[in-house]
Amino acid sequence: MSTNKEAWGSRIGLILAMSGNAVGLGNFLRFPVQAVQNGGGAFIIPYLVCFLLLGIPLLFVEWSIGRYGGRFGHHTTPFTMEKMGKSTLWRYVGVFGIFSNVAIAAYYCYIESWSLSYTMHSAVGSFRGLDQHAVSGFFSNYLDLATTTTGIPFEAVIFFLVCMALNTWVLSRGISGGVEKMAKIAMPLLIFFGLFLAIKAITLKAGHENAVNDGWVGLSFLWTPQFDSLLNPKVWLAAAGQIFFTLSLGQGSVQCFASYVKKKDDIALNAMSAGWMNEWVEVILGASIIIPISIGYLGIDKVIELTGLGGLGLGFRTMPFLFQQWGPALAAMAGIAFFGLLFFAGITSSLAMGTPILSFMQDEFNWSRKNSALIFGGAVTLLGLPTVFFFQQGVLDEYDYWAGTVSLVVFAMLEMILFSWVFGIKKGWREITNGSDIKVPVIYKFIIKWVTPFILIIVFFGSLVRPANDEWTKVSLTSWPLHRESIIGQLIHKDAGPNATWFADRFYAESECIVDSIYRENGKTIIAVIAPDQVTSVSYVLRKGNLPAVQTGDHLKKGDTLYTGRVINRLAYLNLARMLLLSLFAFSAFLVFKASRRRKKHAARHQKIHTS
Amino acid sequence: MKTSALIFMLLAQVTITTIMLYFLIRALRAKKRPEPDSYTDNDDEEDE
Repeated sequence: MSTNKEAWGSRIGLILAMSGNAVGLGNFLRFPVQAVQNGGGAFIIPYLVCFLLLGIPLLFVEWSIGRYGGRFGHHTTPFTMEKMGKSTLWRYVGVFGIFSNVAIAAYYCYIESWSLSYTMHSAVGSFRGLDQHAVSGFFSNYLDLATTTTGIPFEAVIFFLVCMALNTWVLSRGISGGVEKMAKIAMPLLIFFGLFLAIKAITLKAGHENAVNDGWVGLSFLWTPQFDSLLNPKVWLAAAGQIFFTLSLGQGSVQCFASYVKKKDDIALNAMSAGWMNEWVEVILGASIIIPISIGYLGIDKVIELTGLGGLGLGFRTMPFLFQQWGPALAAMAGIAFFGLLFFAGITSSLAMGTPILSFMQDEFNWSRKNSALIFGGAVTLLGLPTVFFFQQGVLDEYDYWAGTVSLVVFAMLEMILFSWVFGIKKGWREITNGSDIKVPVIYKFIIKWVTPFILIIVFFGSLVRPANDEWTKVSLTSWPLHRESIIGQLIHKDAGPNATWFADRFYAESECIVDSIYRENGKTIIAVIAPDQVTSVSYVLRKGNLPAVQTGDHLKKGDTLYTGRVINRLAYLNLARMLLLSLFAFSAFLVFKASRRRKKHAARHQKIHTS
Repeated sequence: MKTSALIFMLLAQVTITTIMLYFLIRALRAKKRPEPDSYTDNDDEEDE
């Protein structure tokens, strides 16, 4: 039925595309921050243990599922999983492998477009002469669509559209002519840029170019082991999470890439090569860039404070300012290298997200590659625009939580159960070792059957009912207060605060605070408040028609009115994001249903012709 | 740099680099399979 005749051009191309799929923004922005927050050098111990017990088994399983499906002409998870599980139920579990890719690409491509824009800004010298506050403000202005950093109106939207067009064009060139070619260009360049920045970072000298610390100070801070952190379950969960997300597992893209590998060809060695290449980029390059450079200029205390805001803030609000200390020419080179590296890491991953969608449309509806690429580009753009327009209201974070975190864990857990317990480890092991160019240690048969599924089940249920303050020892069946970041806590908007309605005619203070200042910027009124401990500050941008109900210096309690006028609360935007994601899942399931009807009709026609 | 940090860093970096290179070199040097294989770059080559 399918006219899909795609194939990989070469083995190195497949390995680079697969590692490009895994290497993403998180390797450079998330990993170092996680390491700093979870025990420094000792984080590497749980991290590598999780790689061995969770990452490698899942890589073997996803590669095997993909190659198994490819044998029957299935390049996406719904029909492959149905074939393996011999039940319609598994077909609809496989919908996650379509849904997650579109949903993640919708916000991932937006972040990717920031890197593209910042590469250009670094090249033209937009950050020249700006102080740290101004560089941070530059990013806020970039995200605030009403202001512009270049004179281009709606600059963030334009760059997002350019980024989408680029992704669509590369995807329309096919697996070997597009995705593989891009990986062959992007991966070596990414490594080259990464090495350049890492060498520059570790050779920083205190007293030179305004640096206050040697580059080694940052590395020492990052790698000093704190062994007591090994006893903290939070560190182990963080390590498991990092391994899971860095390898792009539970998404459906690994299975899709592997479905183009023939039955007799190796997958075990390919999986190891791609997986370890991702680890190399993450641990060697990822750990040697942003932390040593930022500690070199800002000191350890400031960097600890900044890592609390996450890797994106450190990367986009701080790094351009730090590069300026190296003089105009080197600053431009470093900016191009850093944001170019992020862009290449991003695009190789977003292309991997597009491939299952193209394969599905080609396999099931006989669509041409170009039309399939256009439908992917269109769907991602439509779903991505709310993240662009309502970024400040938390839509991107909401997408990331449900599609980029929860869906992946759920899907990986279910596919592991399917592979090990339903399809059966005997057949599964044969799939993994068939055609293998390495001898896969037999211990992995046990790990895949028992250890990895149980780790995933524990991670899932642990996230579902995570207790408040992570106090697992203090919960009981009668008293189980939930953490606001637990899945149930998120679902019910736990601790939504005093602004827990969709719309209101006043906005209330979210916690006890002091009004620090009220000022106008770019035609908007802004109320800046600071917590009584003088550490955390928050700025509220008022909409047209809103009026401040406070004055500078006022001490507010949680629930006191901050400003009046028509207010659309954050809750409305978060629910809008959820509805969009739910609609996408329902639409993906509907497409799978239509495809199965087509298959049945095709099979009946085929049988009729055969019998007559 | 603290000695413990240096040991940890070097141990992790050397281990990961060695394993990565080992698998990559093995993959690149692996014996090619008879056609039809998964890759199009050697489609013109004669089978041995």
